[in-house]
Amino acid sequence: MQYALMIYVDPTAPMGSSEDETAAITAEYMAIREDPRCLDGASLAPVEAVSTVRVQAGDAMVTDGPFADTKEVLGGYYLVDVDDLDAALEFAGRIPAARMGGAVEVWPVAFRRE
Amino acid sequence: MIDQVFREEWGRVLASLVGFLGDVDLAEEATQEAFAAAVERWPSEGAPRNPGAWLTTTARNRAIDRIRRDRVLRAKLPLVAVPEVDDVMTPDSTIPDERLELLFTCCHPALSLEAQVALTLRALGGLSTEEIARAFLVPAETMKRRLSRAKNKIRTAGVPFRVPPDHVLPERLSAVLGVIYLIYNQGYAARDDLASEAISLGRVLVSLMPDEPEASGLLALMLCHHARREARAPGGELVRLEEQDRSRWDHAMIAEGRDLVDRALGRPSRGPYAVQAAIAVLQTEPEIDWPQVVALYDELVLLTGSPVVRLNRAAAVAATGATERALAIVDGLELDGYQYLHSTRAELLRRLDRPAEALAAYRSALELAAAEHERRFLQQRIAELLEAGAESS
Repeated sequence: MQYALMIYVDPTAPMGSSEDETAAITAEYMAIREDPRCLDGASLAPVEAVSTVRVQAGDAMVTDGPFADTKEVLGGYYLVDVDDLDAALEFAGRIPAARMGGAVEVWPVAFRRE
Repeated sequence: MIDQVFREEWGRVLASLVGFLGDVDLAEEATQEAFAAAVERWPSEGAPRNPGAWLTTTARNRAIDRIRRDRVLRAKLPLVAVPEVDDVMTPDSTIPDERLELLFTCCHPALSLEAQVALTLRALGGLSTEEIARAFLVPAETMKRRLSRAKNKIRTAGVPFRVPPDHVLPERLSAVLGVIYLIYNQGYAARDDLASEAISLGRVLVSLMPDEPEASGLLALMLCHHARREARAPGGELVRLEEQDRSRWDHAMIAEGRDLVDRALGRPSRGPYAVQAAIAVLQTEPEIDWPQVVALYDELVLLTGSPVVRLNRAAAVAATGATERALAIVDGLELDGYQYLHSTRAELLRRLDRPAEALAAYRSALELAAAEHERRFLQQRIAELLEAGAESS
């Protein structure tokens, strides 16, 4: 089964307290992406760069900021192909954000073109 | 006869069908159909030699017929290929018991606790949606939605049907134990049937995991409490453990609990359920060994760190005669919103002949008490103190 692991981060929390630590955390993210069960993944730009689009009566309404105004923001995602939910949950648990004040949502993929 | 078979076989047949089909909803439909066929045929044709195997085979065959008839259903079965004709079993085949797998699926942490409880009662206990709704005081429609949402999530999110691997087994097992104990506690106050249901689930778990001390511990704990149900509040009035009429205890049940505890405590690692059960067993002895009870509470405090456990430990300390020391423990706990902190404190103050403070503490407990028999008990204590002139002192 495929799952999208949506990574939420606290944008005010620093990614590590030293350069070495930041490098180690980055390496962890890269290693997860290297896992053969990981189909895709991306790190997203800070929330300041986000715009939201709604179309009403044919007119696109663009607003500044994300759809949901929350303290934690979407910081990236992985797409994984694993046996079952337990394996996906284990994957999610390895993501550094999950232990650094953020959280990872595990969304089963309903449909995806191969 | 059919009712009894239903109770005994429902969980096993359903588990086998979930294992076969990979879908709880379809498995439930097929199992229900098989039980309906039994109700229809057994009275006239006689019950089969092996009712469980008959029901499982019938349910599987119904499910296969259904899948063949309705090709659309194939889309609903992501986990298994449609079984071939050869897979159809005869009633003589041995059916593996997959109830443990089903129990772990029902108590998966990806489901809400409410859903875990409802699913466990439905899938393993064989209770109807209406029965579960009544037990948890929610409308039947709400319970129906809760169950169907949970079953959908199991399918859509890919919740596995298996006994978890070793590295996650302890936490998953503790979820299973927690669900069973929650069902027991829901039954403890008022609903005997739910308490009995929790005990049956506990028995199933012990039969499936005979070497797991916490499973034995939980069952023993429930048995020791359940054995005292007739003596706990005869005629509606709450009777404290020391004052209970022991001839109303179910001594066979206590003996079973004691055997289970002896086995559980003989193992190297003892968990919180086994230790609580050991305490419950000690408290059924003719002469309670309170220092030993305190020692077990020390162990339980280390295992759980719970302030409620510390409070119970204080009560055991008081029972050894060290009332002052017990009061000091109680006064050091941050449990202001907890009724039993105040009632325990009140009792200790009363024994220490500090009636004015005891009265105030009983009143704090009464403010927090909801259960009618507990309120009456507290009101009676307050009346006694007032009669002795507590207010003026």
